[in-house]
Amino acid sequence: MMARLTSVSALEVLIKDILSRRDPQKTKVSVCSGTGCRAYDSEKVIDSLKAQLLHDGLNEKVEVVTTGCHGFCELGPVMVIYPDHTSYFKIKTEDVGDIISETLAQGKLVDRLLYVDQEGNVQAKEDDIPFYKYQNRVVFGNNQLIDPENIEDYLALDGYQALATCLGSLSPEEVLEIVKKANLRGRGGGGFPAGQKWEATRNAPGDVKYVIVNADEGDPGAYMDRSILEGNPHSVLEGMLIGAYAIGAHKGFIYIRQEYPLAVEHLNRAIEQMLELGLLGENILGTGFNFEISVHRGAGAFVSGESSALMSSIEGKVGEPRPKYIRTSISGVHGCPSDLNNVETWANVPVIINKGVDWFTSIGTEGSKGTKIFSLVGKVNNTGLVEVPMGMSLQDIIFKIGGGIPNGKKFKAVQTGGPSGGVIPEEMLDLPVDFDALDKVGSMMGSGGMIVMDEDTCMVDVAKYFLEFLADESCGKCVPCREGITQMLHILKMVCAGEGQPGDLELLEEVAAMTKDCSLCALGQSAPNPVLSSLRYFHAEYEAHVNEKCCPAHVCKDLITYHIDPAKCKGCGKCLRNCPVNAISGEKKEPHDIDLEKCTKCDTCFLVCPPKFRAVTKLSGNETLPVSDV
Amino acid sequence: MSQLSMTINGQQVQVTEGMTILEASREAGIYIPTLCHNENLESYGSCRICVVEIGEGERKKIVASCLYNVSEGLVVETETEKINNYRRIILNLLMHRWDKIPVELLERYGAKRDDRFVDNMTYCILCGLCVRFCREIKGANVLGFIGRGTIRQVVIFPNQAAKYCANSCPHEMECLDYCPTGVISSSYYGSRPADGQPLPHAHPICINEDINILEILERVGNV
Amino acid sequence: MSYSLAKVDQIIDGYGADKEALVQILLDIQHEFRWLSREILLHTADRLGLPMNQLYNVTTFYKHFSLVPQGRHAVSVCVGTACHVRGATQLLNRVSQGLKLSPDETSADEKFSLKTVSCLGCCALGPVMVVDGKYMSNPTANEITEIAEECE
Repeated sequence: MMARLTSVSALEVLIKDILSRRDPQKTKVSVCSGTGCRAYDSEKVIDSLKAQLLHDGLNEKVEVVTTGCHGFCELGPVMVIYPDHTSYFKIKTEDVGDIISETLAQGKLVDRLLYVDQEGNVQAKEDDIPFYKYQNRVVFGNNQLIDPENIEDYLALDGYQALATCLGSLSPEEVLEIVKKANLRGRGGGGFPAGQKWEATRNAPGDVKYVIVNADEGDPGAYMDRSILEGNPHSVLEGMLIGAYAIGAHKGFIYIRQEYPLAVEHLNRAIEQMLELGLLGENILGTGFNFEISVHRGAGAFVSGESSALMSSIEGKVGEPRPKYIRTSISGVHGCPSDLNNVETWANVPVIINKGVDWFTSIGTEGSKGTKIFSLVGKVNNTGLVEVPMGMSLQDIIFKIGGGIPNGKKFKAVQTGGPSGGVIPEEMLDLPVDFDALDKVGSMMGSGGMIVMDEDTCMVDVAKYFLEFLADESCGKCVPCREGITQMLHILKMVCAGEGQPGDLELLEEVAAMTKDCSLCALGQSAPNPVLSSLRYFHAEYEAHVNEKCCPAHVCKDLITYHIDPAKCKGCGKCLRNCPVNAISGEKKEPHDIDLEKCTKCDTCFLVCPPKFRAVTKLSGNETLPVSDV
Repeated sequence: MSQLSMTINGQQVQVTEGMTILEASREAGIYIPTLCHNENLESYGSCRICVVEIGEGERKKIVASCLYNVSEGLVVETETEKINNYRRIILNLLMHRWDKIPVELLERYGAKRDDRFVDNMTYCILCGLCVRFCREIKGANVLGFIGRGTIRQVVIFPNQAAKYCANSCPHEMECLDYCPTGVISSSYYGSRPADGQPLPHAHPICINEDINILEILERVGNV
Repeated sequence: MSYSLAKVDQIIDGYGADKEALVQILLDIQHEFRWLSREILLHTADRLGLPMNQLYNVTTFYKHFSLVPQGRHAVSVCVGTACHVRGATQLLNRVSQGLKLSPDETSADEKFSLKTVSCLGCCALGPVMVVDGKYMSNPTANEITEIAEECE
């Protein structure tokens, strides 16, 4: 139990004390235990590491820190050994012995755990690995230095210094001015300037005001906010307190998906520690500022991420958007002025206060300052979370950091902004990624999902996928969204099933335009984006589906058939044995054949055919097997 | 309440602060269609057929007139080509839930059935008038919504009905008058569907112990 | 019914029987019993002074709530965008066939409940199946059958 801090100087004394107890030269092993690495059994690695260190009597000499997400999920579990910054990847419990006996005891590297780039170069240090080298991890970088359940780790890295500065020596107006000057724009999607929102809430009539953290990260394929909350919850909480001070709020809500149990747990633990230290409650740090936080778990509704719907949810009601044309900064929770910002936005606030406006605005583009975290996923070699300065090109993010497309496939498109965003084709890979540039090409920044698609991805299928998601997630209140999505989805299903008709694409565009302009909330207004942007950049692919009943990417099941190329098939029998419906026949060492009547297009033969043969081929429309091979 | 001056379809009108565009237009004798609006109930903004264009030039935008409040100098257009086209599409979409939309409305905007759309003939357009009437005016909560998205649904709670309907609406089921489609039949109130009887095809549906609420959602989803 | 309404009361009291905590209360009840029975909903409505239509509205709006008993083993298949482009549709088909369940269904013996989820935050493993908190990357039909047999 730590003593309650009653002044700003008491916090400084505590931080000095923490630092004096820490030796920067001490060997420290940071192991990722974020959700991604946990799925790779990182917890077992940690347990084994701790047990063996204890057994070897090294537990005093070596400190093991269980951290949140480091970002490089592709190669998890991930480990960094300080002070040398040695990085190990894909660690199994069997590797722990060697890590201890070689690296921790003798300072030697365990080669098999090091990063090898595509050219075969070995990189031992984190900063030399391309995935990290081109990033600028302003918000996310501390994750790997912090045990999220230990507030001392956060305090040792200037934690709550920004809060102390604000409460101790800046007026609320001054804090507001800093955030406005920094031009911090909302990281949750819209990119609305946070400072303006704060100011509107501050100036709105009413004594009771609220600040809210939107941690209802619903974009399917994005997990930045989760990783910040899991790995560094105090950074968000500190930002929130600073915002509350500037706005004049004394109560805050954190709205977080219940699907993120680890984040909820770490958040609750962090709040307990803040209460213990007097960083929450009455008279924080003896400055007279009072603040309390209540955590609300969302029960699973994408639309609850919309600001007015989120506020209804906080009041215990269904998360339906409110119809009024009044901003929540004027009338939010209980009709009181409420400022809502997303997790990443809040986490930027302490950094801005600590490092200053000039430093912050030196990063990024004219209209978009600072960095943005993306979840770089899909058909990309280095899946993970990346934090880059605004304005970096898609090309650099996907190829330099992401390492390009796996299996020698060709890049086709990248989808940003989730169900509200759009697809961006190859021709636009030079696009600098910031709020305005993405808007201009018909996509949006969104919360930061970046899904890479290769030549095997069907854009019509992707549009259908997002509409299916939205049909399920729409609240169903207004006609344009509910009926518009229903019928657009119906048409896309027909198109993918080979039942498209002339005029379908025009009809899609017509309904999409109405849904965009007439829907009640942002979900409906942005719902047509995946359809409109793919129609814009991949029109020929839609036409192929409608006119030639052909799916060029060979994805739409109803439009493809499976064949075995007799010139390539060596009759190994693998497909024959694996076919669940016995549709394949053929003698051993003779080319096999698929009975199309029996084939259920389950894709199994395609997957099991050895890569050296690649004899199973999918055909669509008028395509035929190469003549010379038949 | 102070008086404001604004323009609707090029016509200068004096209106009272706090009014919605819809109220102001109707007062000025200008027609705006509505399907989910009733002056006795709070504005709901679900049918969106009352959308209008406000502002001028680059700053034009589309808003629901039943919710948007008037302001000094506001410029409103109620039947531009764009608006009329959107109303036509909205009606086209609704025709696949309710095929008895008043002909005058369909003709005014040139709406007609589009065979490329899928039918979901529930006869309920989810305007929520019955639910809101029962809650806002009667405080009875006999009706309610279940589900979300495309499977959203109006349902009746018979236990609640047994408790409140006779007292709240002594003469007749007044919510019937609020339903624009006429789908609510008084027969649902008096008695529950007998065991073994098929549920009425049209909605809303009674919720009682014999009926699994999830089955209803699923059935609606599969229509 | 064997449900302990006393436990429900304890949860409700933990939130001071606050109407506004409805969603939080229901989440805790759902966590405790794995589903929300009609009896429990009636009791909760009564305790909080809320009409049943609001409880049904809320419990059918949010995806996490279940109005039917859930299986002893929770099987989820991620259908987030990253998993989708990596073949989540095919994986879901295999899991569905292997467990003989459709998404959102519970087996008659209440052994399994199959659900789809949107993004579990481990996209590097995609497409992903999760059984009782254990993650599996793109399991084959045979692996799925093995897992199903291992579960009690």
